[in-house]
Amino acid sequence: MSKRRDWPLWEVFIRSRRGLSHQHVGSLHAPDAAMALRNARDVYTRRSEGVSIWVVPAAAIVASSPDEKDAFFDPAADKAYRHPTFYDVPAEVQHL
Amino acid sequence: MDEFQTLVDADERIEPRDAMPEAYRRTLIRQIAQHAHSEIIGMQPEGNWISRAPSLRRKAILMAKVQDEAGHGLYLYGAAETLGVDRAELLDLLHEGKQRYSSIFNYPTLTWADMGAIGWLVDGAAIVNQVPICRCSYGPYARAMVRICKEESFHQRQGFEILHTLSRGTAAQHAMAQDAVDRWWWPSLMMFGPPDDQSPNSAQSMAWRIKRFSNDDLRQKFVDMTVPQAEVLGLTLPDPQIRWNAERGHHDFGDIDWSEFFAVLNGNGPCNAVRLERRRRAHEEGAWVREAATAYADKHRRVSSTAGAA
Ligand SMILES: [Fe+2]
Ligand SMILES: [Fe+2]
Repeated sequence: MSKRRDWPLWEVFIRSRRGLSHQHVGSLHAPDAAMALRNARDVYTRRSEGVSIWVVPAAAIVASSPDEKDAFFDPAADKAYRHPTFYDVPAEVQHL
Repeated sequence: MDEFQTLVDADERIEPRDAMPEAYRRTLIRQIAQHAHSEIIGMQPEGNWISRAPSLRRKAILMAKVQDEAGHGLYLYGAAETLGVDRAELLDLLHEGKQRYSSIFNYPTLTWADMGAIGWLVDGAAIVNQVPICRCSYGPYARAMVRICKEESFHQRQGFEILHTLSRGTAAQHAMAQDAVDRWWWPSLMMFGPPDDQSPNSAQSMAWRIKRFSNDDLRQKFVDMTVPQAEVLGLTLPDPQIRWNAERGHHDFGDIDWSEFFAVLNGNGPCNAVRLERRRRAHEEGAWVREAATAYADKHRRVSSTAGAA
C-alpha cells in the first residue's frame, strides 16, 4: 500500500457577497470534501469574507497549457471588430 | 527565458506554469518556505501567554492573532506548492533543521508586556517587510501576501494597545512595558536582514522583482515610523543615538550587533532548540489525527462507491 504524504489538495473559491461570482482565493489540504469546506471556512472567511464557498479537488481541474497560449488564443487576436471601439461613428451621434 | 525577464521587467506577474529560470524557482521555494515556517514557529512565543492573558478580552484577541499566524503559514505553504514542492517535504526540511525560520522567534517571551512588544515591533517590522512583497513578481506569493498584510494590521494595533495601556498604568506596569521594548527593539531591527553590503543575494532578488527595497532601506523606514509611535507610548527606544537628521530626512540610529544576529541564526539563540523540539513534537503527536481522518475519508469513499455500484 502506498502511503500518501499529505491529504489531497483542494482549490477554494469564495463568493464574497450576493451578486458576485465565486473567486479563487487559495488552496488547502483536506482528507475529504466536508473537511475541506470546514477548513476553508476557518482559514479563508475568518473575517466574514464570504457567503458561499466552493472547494474543488485540485486534481479535477483541467487547465489550458501556457505553452500553447499563442496558438490557443490566436483566433481572438485578429478580430478587433468584436469590440465596439472598432466602429467609426459620427461625433454628433448619442446613446450608441 | 527571455520571455520571462520581459514579463518581469514589464511588472507583469509570473504564474505557476510559466517558464522560469531554475534559480528563480529555487529562490522562491526557499524564501516562501522560510516565510511559512516563520509564521507557524511564530505561534509559539505568543501561544505561551494565551492561558495567562490578563483578561478574557485579551485572551480572545491573542487567540485570534495566533490563529491568524497559522492561517498565514497555510497560505504560504500553498503558494510554495504551486512551484512543485510538497508541503510535507517542506515540513520535513524544517523539522530536520535544513530550512530556517525568522530568528526573531528564538527569543523568549518573559512577561505579558512581550505580547505588546511583539505585536507592535515584530509584527510592525514584518509589515514593513511584507507590504512590498504584495507586488512581488510571482503571482501566488504576491496574492498570499495581500491576504496576510490585511490581517497583520490588527496584530500591530493590538500590540500597540497593550503597551499603551501598560505604559499609562502603575509604575510596575510601565516598567514592564519598557523592559519588553528594551529587549525586542534590536532583534526587531535585525529582522530586515544583514546590511546591504553583506547581503549577497539581494541584487538578484531585486532584478527578479521578488524584492523591491534593500534591507537597509526597509530598516530605515521602520525606524522612521516607530520613533514617533514610541513617543506616543511614553516609552524609550534603547538606543541613545536615535535622533532626527534633517539633512537626510531620516532618523539616525546606532550600530546593530550583527554578531548576535549570526549567533542566533546559527542556532545559538536562547530558544532555538525549544522551538524546533516543540514543533517536531506537535507534528508527531498530531500524526494519529491525520491518519484517522484519512482512514475515515477512505472508508466513506469505499462505502459510497459500493453503494453506487449496487
Ligand atoms: Fe503573520
Ligand atoms: Fe502577525
